[in-house]
Amino acid sequence: MTGLAAVARRDHATRRADRAGRPSRGFWARHRFLILRRLSQATALALFLTGPLFGVWIAKGTLAASMTFGVVPLTDPLMLAQSLVAGHRPETLALTGGAIVLAFYALVSGRAYCAWVCPIDPVTDLAHWCRERLGLQAKGWQPRPQTRLWVLAMILAVSAVTGTIAWELVNPISFAFRAVVFGSTGALTLVAAVFLFDLVVARRGWCSHLCPVGAFYGLIGARSLVRVSAAGRADCDHCMDCYAACPEPQVIAPALEGAAKGASPVILGRDCSSCGRCVDVCPAGVFRFTHRFDASTTPAGSAARSHSSGETP
Amino acid sequence: MPITPTPTEGLLSPQRRKVLETVARSVVGVGVVGALLGAHERSAEAMPTQALRPPGALADERAFLAACVRCGLCVRACPYQTLRLADLGDRVAAGTPFFTARKIPCEMCEDIPCVKACPTGALDHGLVDIDRAKMGTAVLVDEEHCLNFLGLRCDVCYRDCPVIDKAITLEIESNPRTRKHAIFRPTVHATDCTGCGKCEKSCVLEESAIKVLPLRVARGVPGAHYRLGWEEYQKHNGPLLDGVVDLPDRAPGDVTPPSGVPDAPPILKGPRP
Repeated sequence: MTGLAAVARRDHATRRADRAGRPSRGFWARHRFLILRRLSQATALALFLTGPLFGVWIAKGTLAASMTFGVVPLTDPLMLAQSLVAGHRPETLALTGGAIVLAFYALVSGRAYCAWVCPIDPVTDLAHWCRERLGLQAKGWQPRPQTRLWVLAMILAVSAVTGTIAWELVNPISFAFRAVVFGSTGALTLVAAVFLFDLVVARRGWCSHLCPVGAFYGLIGARSLVRVSAAGRADCDHCMDCYAACPEPQVIAPALEGAAKGASPVILGRDCSSCGRCVDVCPAGVFRFTHRFDASTTPAGSAARSHSSGETP
Repeated sequence: MPITPTPTEGLLSPQRRKVLETVARSVVGVGVVGALLGAHERSAEAMPTQALRPPGALADERAFLAACVRCGLCVRACPYQTLRLADLGDRVAAGTPFFTARKIPCEMCEDIPCVKACPTGALDHGLVDIDRAKMGTAVLVDEEHCLNFLGLRCDVCYRDCPVIDKAITLEIESNPRTRKHAIFRPTVHATDCTGCGKCEKSCVLEESAIKVLPLRVARGVPGAHYRLGWEEYQKHNGPLLDGVVDLPDRAPGDVTPPSGVPDAPPILKGPRP
C-alpha cells in the first residue's frame, strides 16, 4: 500500500467519524442519482442495441443523428454547426432533428447530456474512481475549465478551414458509441486514451476541462430550467464533500456560500451537468433538484430531517 | 530621484500580464492541437482505392466529409450488409460509410434505401435512379490474366453486370495466338458503369482482374479547351477555322516516310503494300 493511499484512507475515515453524530442515510439515498444516471446512460445505448441484437428496432443511428421508430429524427446540433461552417447545407430531416435536440437541452438542462446520456461519462467516472482507489492525490495537469470554450472555437475554426466536420475525426463520444452499437472495436483505443488521460494526466481532465461537446451543451443550456438548488444551505457544515464529489466544483460556491450576499441558492453556472452527485453525497441534505426560478430555502434543521427519513426533498 | 513605475499600473501591470499570458497559453495550446487536427483531416481525405462510397455520395470527398455526420443510418438501411462504418485502421475517415466491392458489392436496390435514410444529404437525395449512381467505375486492370483476354469464354463479369451490354460489352476480335479463334474482350463503358462492384466480386481469379476504382483514380480528364475535330465539324457543318494547314497523316510501320521527306506521306500515294 502506498503512502498516498494510506493518507486517502485516513482522510476518508476522519470524514466518516465527523459524521458519526448524524442519522445514517441508506444506500439508496446516497446513490440515488448515480443509479438513475447509469440507468439513463444504459437506456440511451439499449435503445440503439435492441435492433442489432434482437431485431426490435427502436432507435437507429448514433448520437450524431438517429431515427426513433422511423419517425422522430434527432441530430447533434454541434455536428450541424460544424457541417454548416464547413459549407454544407444539411437536408431538412437533419435540421429538424437538430432543432428538437437544441430545444430540449436549452429548455431542460444543457449539460444533462454529459451526465445522463454521454457514453464517455461512465468512462471518465471510472477513471476518477480508480484515482480515488489508488490514492492518486496529485491533480495533475489542470487547465482552466474555460479551456473547453477555446477547444470549441478551435473545432469550428478547423471545420471552416478544412471544409469538413473536423471534430468527428477524433470525437471519443462518437467512437465509444460506434464501438458499442456498430461493433467498431478499433474505436475503443480512443476511449482508452481518454480513460488513461483522466487517470494519469489530469484529474477530471476530459469532461470538466477540455471536451468541446460539453462546452457546447453548456452554452445552449445556459438558461435551462432544471437546476440543483442548495436550498438547505443553512444546514451546511462545510464538510466539503460536495466540492470533492462535484466534477465542476466552481459552480457550487456562488449558491452554497451566497446566503450572506443574498445570492440565490440555485446553482446557475452553465458548467453544472445536473448529475445530482451533490444531492447524493451531502450528509446534511442541503441540495435538491428544482427549477431555476425556485429561490426558496429551508430553515436550518429541516433539510437533514426530511432527507434521512427518505422523503423526496 | 528616479521614478519607478508602480507595479500595479501601466501597460504591463501584473494583472494584465497574467491575463495576456493566460490568453496566449490557451490560443497557442489550442491552436497547435487545431493544426494537428487539420493535418489529420487532410490525411483522412486520402482513401485507399478499394474503399468505395455508397450510391449518391457527394463526389468531392471533402464535400462528403462536410456533410456526413457518421450516424450509420445508411448502414442500417442497407439490406445486404454491404456498407460499413470505417473503424480506426481502415484508413477511411473515422465513422464514415464505405464498402469493399470484392467483399460485398452494392446490389443496386431500385428504391435506394441508403440514400433515403441519409438525414444530411451526404448521400444526394437527387439520386432516384440507381442506374445513374457513380460509386466508381470498373476497370479491367489486368488483361494479361483475364481469362477472356486469353481467348477463353469466362464472361462472368459481363454476365453478372446489372447494366449488362451497356456498362460492360464483349467486343469480338481475332485471337492472334491461334489465328482462327475469337477473343471476347470485356469492355467497360464508364458512362454507364455505376461502380456497384459486382464484376469485381464475381471475377473467378484469385485476385480480381477487373476492379472498381474511384472515379478520381480511374478517369482521365481532358483539358477544358480540348475539342474533337470530327464532332465540331458536324456541329458547325464544316471546319471551325478556315485555312487550317492540313498536316501530313502518319501511319505506323513501313508506311512512315523516311526522315528528311516530311511531305506527301506514302500512304496517300497509292495502295498499301
